[in-house]
Amino acid sequence: MFRSYRLRLIRRRWRFRAWRKGRELRPLMSRVQSIRHHDILAFAVLRNERIRLPYFLDYYRKLGVNHFLIVDNDSTDGSREWLAQQPDVSLWHTEASYKRARFGMDWLNGLLRRYGHGHWTLTVDPDEFFVYPFCDTRPLRALTDWLDSSAIRSFSAMLLDMYPKGPIDGEAYREGQDPFEIASWFDSGNYQIARDKIYGNLWIQGGPRARHFFQDAPARAPALNKIPLVKWHRNYVFASSTHMLLPRGLNLVYDEQGGEKASGCLLHAKFLDTFPAKAEEEMDRRQHYAASHEYRAYREGLSRQPELWCKWSEKYINWRQLEILGLMSKGNWA
Amino acid sequence: MTVGFIMLCHTALDRAAQVARHLAERGCPVVIHVDRRTRRRPVHRLHEMLKGVPDIRFCRRHHCEWGGWGLVAATQTAAELMLKEFPQVRHVMLASGSCLPLRPVAELVDYLDARPHTDFIESVTTTDVGWTVGGLDEERFTLRFPFSWRKQRRLFDVYVKLQRHLGFHRNIPDGVIPHLGSQWWCLTRRTLSAILESPSRPEHDRYFRKVWIPDESYFQTLVRLYSDQVESRSLTLSKFDFQGKPHIFYDDHLQLLRRSDCFIARKIWPHAERLYATFLSDDIGGQPRAEPNPGKIDRLFAKAVERRTRGRPGLYMQSRFPGSGWEPSRTCSAYSVFEGFADVFENFDTWLGRAAGMRVHGHLFAADRAHFAGGETVYSGALSDGAGLRDRNPAAFLSSLIWNTRGERQCFLFGPRDVQTVSEIVAADVNAHVSVISGAWSIPLFKANLNFAEIRREAARLQKIELAHLDMLRRPQSKARVRVWTLAEFIENPMEPLQTIVDEISPRSLRRLTEVPRMTDLTGFGQFLQNLRNQGMQPVLMGDFPVGADGQPGDSRRGRPYLVR
Repeated sequence: MFRSYRLRLIRRRWRFRAWRKGRELRPLMSRVQSIRHHDILAFAVLRNERIRLPYFLDYYRKLGVNHFLIVDNDSTDGSREWLAQQPDVSLWHTEASYKRARFGMDWLNGLLRRYGHGHWTLTVDPDEFFVYPFCDTRPLRALTDWLDSSAIRSFSAMLLDMYPKGPIDGEAYREGQDPFEIASWFDSGNYQIARDKIYGNLWIQGGPRARHFFQDAPARAPALNKIPLVKWHRNYVFASSTHMLLPRGLNLVYDEQGGEKASGCLLHAKFLDTFPAKAEEEMDRRQHYAASHEYRAYREGLSRQPELWCKWSEKYINWRQLEILGLMSKGNWA
Repeated sequence: MTVGFIMLCHTALDRAAQVARHLAERGCPVVIHVDRRTRRRPVHRLHEMLKGVPDIRFCRRHHCEWGGWGLVAATQTAAELMLKEFPQVRHVMLASGSCLPLRPVAELVDYLDARPHTDFIESVTTTDVGWTVGGLDEERFTLRFPFSWRKQRRLFDVYVKLQRHLGFHRNIPDGVIPHLGSQWWCLTRRTLSAILESPSRPEHDRYFRKVWIPDESYFQTLVRLYSDQVESRSLTLSKFDFQGKPHIFYDDHLQLLRRSDCFIARKIWPHAERLYATFLSDDIGGQPRAEPNPGKIDRLFAKAVERRTRGRPGLYMQSRFPGSGWEPSRTCSAYSVFEGFADVFENFDTWLGRAAGMRVHGHLFAADRAHFAGGETVYSGALSDGAGLRDRNPAAFLSSLIWNTRGERQCFLFGPRDVQTVSEIVAADVNAHVSVISGAWSIPLFKANLNFAEIRREAARLQKIELAHLDMLRRPQSKARVRVWTLAEFIENPMEPLQTIVDEISPRSLRRLTEVPRMTDLTGFGQFLQNLRNQGMQPVLMGDFPVGADGQPGDSRRGRPYLVR
């Protein structure tokens, strides 16, 4: 009782913060009037991701995302100009601190509250690519219709770090290219899961980042649990990145009695040749989680041994492979 | 003679119109009922789309709440209209707006022409086992349900409980024997008109109005009164999942649906372009006509339900995380743990690997790192050997290892020098086969070049750890299969235990051991134990070692691999 009241207060606080930080956003190109009642919306914050954007937008358009709502955190590489020309993108701009907006989450919570209400919303980074059961034959709309009919409000997709064979900067990524032509490998079975007692979500850690950079500080390894697809209601908030939400019921994307709920994966195309430069830049800006500890660890780890690949790495084929390996599940969707 | 379709629609009216037009143009009259709650504009559009198509009628609209009387009332109204307007109709088929004919309509007509007096309606008595999914059975007919199950769930439950508690129940009308079944049926004109024109219809209606989900019981029950030829199955392919909602068909089910030879399928996703395009075209025929055979689809959906309710045992992932007590095991298949063997024998792991034909790990839970087989630093599934990662969540480490190597039995060494946090998990795991030579940890101490005071301290520490560990394994809650020998017992007769172990981990090999591992030299071990005792430390786990003797029964066996028969 007490706890649920406390969580309600926390939720209010994040909502208030979202409102306050929302004032830092300046609309650059608003096409929100064109959003229709049943549209699926994608939300993202980005900075200097110009080279990735064409493939990113294309990928999600093909899945069936109808409109993109994007916050540009002061890009200098032309991302903003390029995005403003896209017919299905609404764009906001801010020069404020990413870190002090709780890593962009305050901005997105504000946009979600204003434009996401009643829509299926997908909150992703520009290097995250959503894969769900039957994604090769059924559009995203099929999934959201099924979730609606099953009275499910949120859908889990674990972050799966993808990496190339050989050094990370071994092959250059070209604009518009499928990043998984280069970074096509992943760890299939070194993940640890623990349950959060307060928020009820699962914390998943592991994968190549834990294996390489956080051997000795496993508690600081990045979290891989994500709940990117939510049927948004104006009272919802993301509590910490897209790892968990409030109210708590949205975090119960797993079954506790032995069954499997349906789930997907977010393929993470972070480890491309663009990564070392990004790590360098982020180190200087100190705008990332835990005082950029992650990026520091990468920089040190990568200068020691620039290859994430090992002989047990698995080469990505399709979602069925991920489901067989036990990284995601069809649940009772057939 | 032909078949008429009653179509109950509430959403995706475009698709309903498409199917209705298809049926009507092929000589099957269609009566469409649209839910009263559907907005005016789409209904208007539906009328526009079907303007000018002969043999399509719209009937009076009722409110169709799920589980309420409205669906039955709608069916009655539509059926009356059908029987009145289309005298050429002999069978009436009830369908929904998301149904799709899978075979040419002519084949259905032929099929029914060959069975002119048969009523196809699933109709089973409530005493039969489990037709319903997670709902009430018998009580649907004997309790009252004034509250909506969907919108007023709590009131619904409380009211049901209250009635049970008070022992309340309604009287079932005379002659009515409750039956349940799928609501999608195909009845003959004779039976249907008998039901609708029966003198006791007002009484029946009054009764069924307050039964829960009457659309699954009204016709299913009454058909037994008026029909003498009931075929208790539905011609409509419709599968329900574990929550009782229908499975949906998508484009990728095309081949499956085609091969099922069913006449009508429900429910189709409205955006399944390929399904609609394929099955509503005229060149769908041409295959040999067979009886409907939904076996394959049944299996597909049964598997989906099982995945959702039982899942894959031993798998821990983002959407499957069983709480403690929900699963007898944290792992997905059997594995073996060996304690003390590597101290008694030299190169025990390589020997076991050879004898049983598999890779055997070293001490996976050693303090420095996980010693994987073959000295690898990363193992199957990219599992890392780092102690920090492993010790943060030893249960996850173990589950992952066993999951990643499924199909290949895992064996590893364990002992009191290892990190002990995992022993509770192993003890509680039905898949764990633990073989212990208790007290064997003292052999390395016996061989160590250390001060005796240090040896004594270390021995006391290790003995304490192993005692606690054995206690854990022997607790009544423990589920692991455990075998314990004392060191003395084991050395007395090492062959039998070894044979048992090898048989257990590779049951197919069926061969006698031809080679045993080299036992370490234990000359003077008895004296060593006596020295410990003399120093005030009581070694209790090794069993009765002959004091003073060299502790090596059967001296000739020592140090030489030997053959057994």
